[in-house]
Amino acid sequence: MSADTTSNRAAGPAVDPAADPAMVQPRRGWGTPVALGVLAIVTLVGFGATVSGELSSGFRLSDADDVVAVPTLTVPSQTAIIVLGVLALAAAGYVGWAVTTRRRPLPIVAIAGGLLLVAAFLVWAVAGAEIPLVSLLQGSLFLAVPLVFGSMSGVLCERAGVINIAIEGQLLAGAFASAVIASLTGSIYVGLIAAMAAGLLVSWLLAVFAIRFVVDQIVLGFVLNVLVIGVTNFLYGQVLANDGDRWNSPERFQRLRIPVLADIPVVGPVLFDQTLIVYCMYVTVAGLSFALFRTRWGLRVRAVGEHPKAADTAGLDVNRIRFRNVLLSGVVAGFGGAFFTLGSVGSFAEEMTSGQGFIALAALIFGRWSPLGALVGALLFGFASNLQSVLSIISTPIPSEFLLMAPYVVTIFAVAGLVGKVRAPAADGIPYRP
Amino acid sequence: MSATTAPPNPPPPGPPAPPTPPAPPTPVDASASPARIPTWLRGPLLTLCALILALAVGAILIAVSDEDVRAAAAYFGARPGDTLSAIVGAVADAYAALFRGAVLDTRAESAAGLFAPIADTLLFATPLIAGGLAVALPFKAGMFNIGAEGQIAIAAVGAAYVGFTCQLPLVIHAVVAVVAGLVCGAVWGGIAGVLRAATGASEVITTIMLNYIARFGLLYLLSTEAFLRPGRNDPISPPIADSAALPALLSGSRLNVGLILAILAAVFTWWLLTRSTIGFRFRAVGANPDAARTAGISVPRAYIGVMLIAGALAGVAGVSQVLGSERVLTTGISAGLGFDAITVALLGRANPVGVVGAGLLFGALNAGAITMQAQTGTSLDIVTVIQALIVLFIAAPELVRRVFRLRVTGGGIGQLSKGWNA
Amino acid sequence: MRLELKGITKRFGTFVANDAIDLVVEPGEVHCLLGENGAGKSTLMNVLFGLLHADDGEVLLDDRPVTFASPRAALAAGIGMVNQHFMLVPVFTVAENVVLGDEPTRGGGVLDRALAARRVRDVSARFGFELDPEAIVGDLPVGVQQRVEIVKSLVHDAKILILDEPTAVLTPQETDELLVIMRGLADAGTAIVFITHKLREVAAIADRITVIRRGRVVGQAVPPVDTAELAGLMVGRDVTLTVDKQPIESGEVRLCVRSLTVVDERGATAVAGIDLDVRAGEILAVAGVQGNGQTELCEAILGLRPATGSVTVDGAEVLGRPVRETLDAGVGFIPEDRSSDGIISSFSVAENLILDIHDRAPFASGVAYRLDACRDNAVSRVDEFDIRTTSVDATAGSLSGGNQQKVVLARELSRPLRVLIASQPTRGLDVGSIEYVHRRVVRERDQGTAVLVVSTELDEVLALADRIAVMYGGRVMGVVPGDTSRDVLGLMMAGIPLAEAEAEA
Repeated sequence: MSADTTSNRAAGPAVDPAADPAMVQPRRGWGTPVALGVLAIVTLVGFGATVSGELSSGFRLSDADDVVAVPTLTVPSQTAIIVLGVLALAAAGYVGWAVTTRRRPLPIVAIAGGLLLVAAFLVWAVAGAEIPLVSLLQGSLFLAVPLVFGSMSGVLCERAGVINIAIEGQLLAGAFASAVIASLTGSIYVGLIAAMAAGLLVSWLLAVFAIRFVVDQIVLGFVLNVLVIGVTNFLYGQVLANDGDRWNSPERFQRLRIPVLADIPVVGPVLFDQTLIVYCMYVTVAGLSFALFRTRWGLRVRAVGEHPKAADTAGLDVNRIRFRNVLLSGVVAGFGGAFFTLGSVGSFAEEMTSGQGFIALAALIFGRWSPLGALVGALLFGFASNLQSVLSIISTPIPSEFLLMAPYVVTIFAVAGLVGKVRAPAADGIPYRP
Repeated sequence: MSATTAPPNPPPPGPPAPPTPPAPPTPVDASASPARIPTWLRGPLLTLCALILALAVGAILIAVSDEDVRAAAAYFGARPGDTLSAIVGAVADAYAALFRGAVLDTRAESAAGLFAPIADTLLFATPLIAGGLAVALPFKAGMFNIGAEGQIAIAAVGAAYVGFTCQLPLVIHAVVAVVAGLVCGAVWGGIAGVLRAATGASEVITTIMLNYIARFGLLYLLSTEAFLRPGRNDPISPPIADSAALPALLSGSRLNVGLILAILAAVFTWWLLTRSTIGFRFRAVGANPDAARTAGISVPRAYIGVMLIAGALAGVAGVSQVLGSERVLTTGISAGLGFDAITVALLGRANPVGVVGAGLLFGALNAGAITMQAQTGTSLDIVTVIQALIVLFIAAPELVRRVFRLRVTGGGIGQLSKGWNA
Repeated sequence: MRLELKGITKRFGTFVANDAIDLVVEPGEVHCLLGENGAGKSTLMNVLFGLLHADDGEVLLDDRPVTFASPRAALAAGIGMVNQHFMLVPVFTVAENVVLGDEPTRGGGVLDRALAARRVRDVSARFGFELDPEAIVGDLPVGVQQRVEIVKSLVHDAKILILDEPTAVLTPQETDELLVIMRGLADAGTAIVFITHKLREVAAIADRITVIRRGRVVGQAVPPVDTAELAGLMVGRDVTLTVDKQPIESGEVRLCVRSLTVVDERGATAVAGIDLDVRAGEILAVAGVQGNGQTELCEAILGLRPATGSVTVDGAEVLGRPVRETLDAGVGFIPEDRSSDGIISSFSVAENLILDIHDRAPFASGVAYRLDACRDNAVSRVDEFDIRTTSVDATAGSLSGGNQQKVVLARELSRPLRVLIASQPTRGLDVGSIEYVHRRVVRERDQGTAVLVVSTELDEVLALADRIAVMYGGRVMGVVPGDTSRDVLGLMMAGIPLAEAEAEA
């Protein structure tokens, strides 16, 4: 809805605000507490009641070679599920109470409720077995890295009002360029720069066609993905596949262990024994989050994405700001694309991003277009896919495909407003003609 | 009152003052253009120009990736002619092979062989036409169906299940299997319609998500007893019974009745949009949902209806694949088709006749690509690049007009989607 | 600062929006720019503000010619503009909106929020506004949002302030407050350009008046002025908004509204328990300032938005039914926003003429849609309603506003109606079209249809109404005869109940 209609509708004295509390506070959705409550009950009944009381779930908290050895955490499965489920139910109750009394519920409570349910699910899935928690989390973070970069690219674009469906293409271009250039030059750092340049190229096309030629942004992002897939596949088939040693065998980034921090049990090995790319990710998310909400640049970007005309009359060049942001988004996503090759397997493969760009988009939407939200979304999605591979080892009752599906189902619930309401920047996807 | 200057009031020239300054003429406004080219030709003309441009860019890619060219370029300074002839050779070889694979096999021994590529083109075009319609129809109702891929897959599941489990008489089996496929596709498409209608969730997002859910769902089904071919571990279903298979149209070719289904689907879509009250409502909702609502047209019902029908149209693609050309259900049954369907719909400018034309063009490119790769070793992915570029150029007609110095307006795609909050 | 415009000309294609306009605004004066909708006032100001570029003419500030490439340049030169549609980001705070484009930073581009808030407080205090810098703009009432707009200009040290139809969305009280603010600013030396088409406001505040019609300056005046003469200049002839209307014996109650309550999307009560009766053969006009629940009232009756209470047509309940059924009950509807709700601009005139009857004979047989019947219908309607179009196949978007409204009228009046609801039926139309619409509405009433007209224009209300219901704050302040005095109506529109209003007037 445009700002004009809101202001017109709100015109007039309407009703004395004091007399009608609905006037001052917009209605809050029941979606979150209901969804949380229902899931908590499902957890209690479906998992808590069905799991055998004799089983226990084990989580290894440290590896053999860790400096600080922590004993394996073993919990009685049924009791743990019931405790976690009841706590989640309590969280749902709190949010529900806040909605009824028109208070602003602490967002952390709803998030905590969700995490409790995830934990309960994990206990259930692991019942009677033992899994290494640290490597589960490490793997989750690992899978989340390109998603995080992709969703930050989305934040940059969409906060400024340009829809970015081309995240997939930006990631893939980054992956391709980094592998090829790092192989040819023998320098992973040059490869990293090439990745950013490739992402920049894709986003330059996005910017030129979306802003200069006013092409439909969803069509455009979609076509750019196909184009990048086509070009990289073609060059892979023509060049890389024939002479992989020369074109497609880059070095890889080695892990940099941060002293002291990396020795913290569980958290240390997960967060502080990572490659340079992952450390850059922390900086990117933190920096973007700060910049978007605390700086002049961020204020202007958000103004352009919410009400470009207001930004224009305030003397801002809307399309220039958008153009720059779209370019920047390509740099970020291209950098993230390098993770597929330089940060991970060490060579390029056809369509190796395999739809991660779209999961990044989902994480962006799930995170309500905020950097931290998108980070949480990306981590959750990474967790879901990694859990699937960890659980397949201990043969759990759930088919692995369902876990792979989970992120997409959750995103549908999110956009359908079943877990809170997501709202894109008001002018997202709408071209601006001054 | 002291009206100091009150000049007489001559009637101003021109039309009566509109309430707001008129916008500059829109590019679609045919009457404003000075061109002599009739309106209906502008789309195809633009397509042709876009195709030429795309082939040109493709040629550059072929040239730079060709080994002979690169070898010759190494001594470019000494003998530049070698490089040029290598480039011309590589590009000409590739495109000539593409043509032989798509239209006429000039190297064929017999007349039948000469025209054999056309059958291949039609075979490739079949799911593209049906899938393209599944994207084009929702465009008319203001919706962007990115979910053809998932709808094709789910339709294929339904059709295949009937196809390899049931024991039914010859024609009836095929009909039941086709109907099962269409219903499954419609249901999968309908989910996005219901979500949009009930919650306002953008169908762009939900259909993308539903594609992945369908992909993993298919993977899961093919691991279950009901779908997995006995004795196999890789995801493949039992073969479709002969009684359920769509009969071939030509002996010696995989071209089958699916093509006729796709053409019927195009005729049906055309009729629906231009000659039915349902289509009238779809178009009204697409063009201006507020006015449609005010005129008593149920917008949610239109969203659900259009996505149900779109799902069924994608279902035509799904059944033609699984019952016609593949005759077995695998995880790759809809691979890439959903994306191609979107490009076809865009190229066809969301109009059924255009979709048929675009489907044939892309079918020809896909068929030709296989021959090209086999005969010249040029990677068939060049076709993906060409397809993407054609659509990109058509989406930005201004660019094409500049390159070709055309003075014609119109023919572009225009603004189809309305942002996330629409 | 003294502002002078010399020979400003602006064309859109062949249409001349501004034709050699001259205008002088002195410091400390309120200069009213008076003209009808579409006269070219906003275009002129957009030219001045750098949003549009003039084809000819020049702008002088303190006798120095200037050209503004952008709004920023205009701002920098000391020209501030308060738009008809607020240029405020609803999700930002007041302070964020005010400093946007000229943000105070603490180095490194980090926003200095404390300083931003202080700027707002300083200006607010200086001119006696009460503004909370940390309030979210979207949560504020419209009158306050407008003050944020004014503060935005003042923070930039605007010496010339342009207010484009600022009162369109205000209540009479808010309007009065705004006039006081304007006077205060002018006394402090600001030159104010006040764009309006409301004569009462002009008479109340203007130091100098320029009347614009069809892109030309047609007159200038200084108070005291004869408002009727100004109105004559504005419309180009004597305003005869009186419609030839015979008194008629009204019949039984056709449309009956009981305790209708509408809660809008934001959770605010837009319509608070309204009771209304409209009888056969009468026009009940709903008067009131825009945004007092009229829009929601009409939409709720039609079924376009959820509501509680009761609405009956000929005794049959229609509330809570789909729009389709309400229309089938014999309700015709002319929506207030023609281009967004009334027509589909990419559809042909013929298709627009059957939007709500496309699925019945003769336009449909089964699900088949009959093009020939649609065309035949269009040819006769175009003729009957004198719709000026090149062809019935031309898109509705290619018609002028008046002809678009005729398409809507032709469509709605071509069904046998029991009740006609016309919401702002003449908004944005030229005088000729207004008269046509009025004649048609009265003819419909004469045929015995119950007519509900919603209008924010008092002239229109007085011209059409047999009875008048005044709405304020979602409630009906009272239902009065059609010949009630403007003073009483004005007070009621300001929220004063009928009895008090009569006493006060």
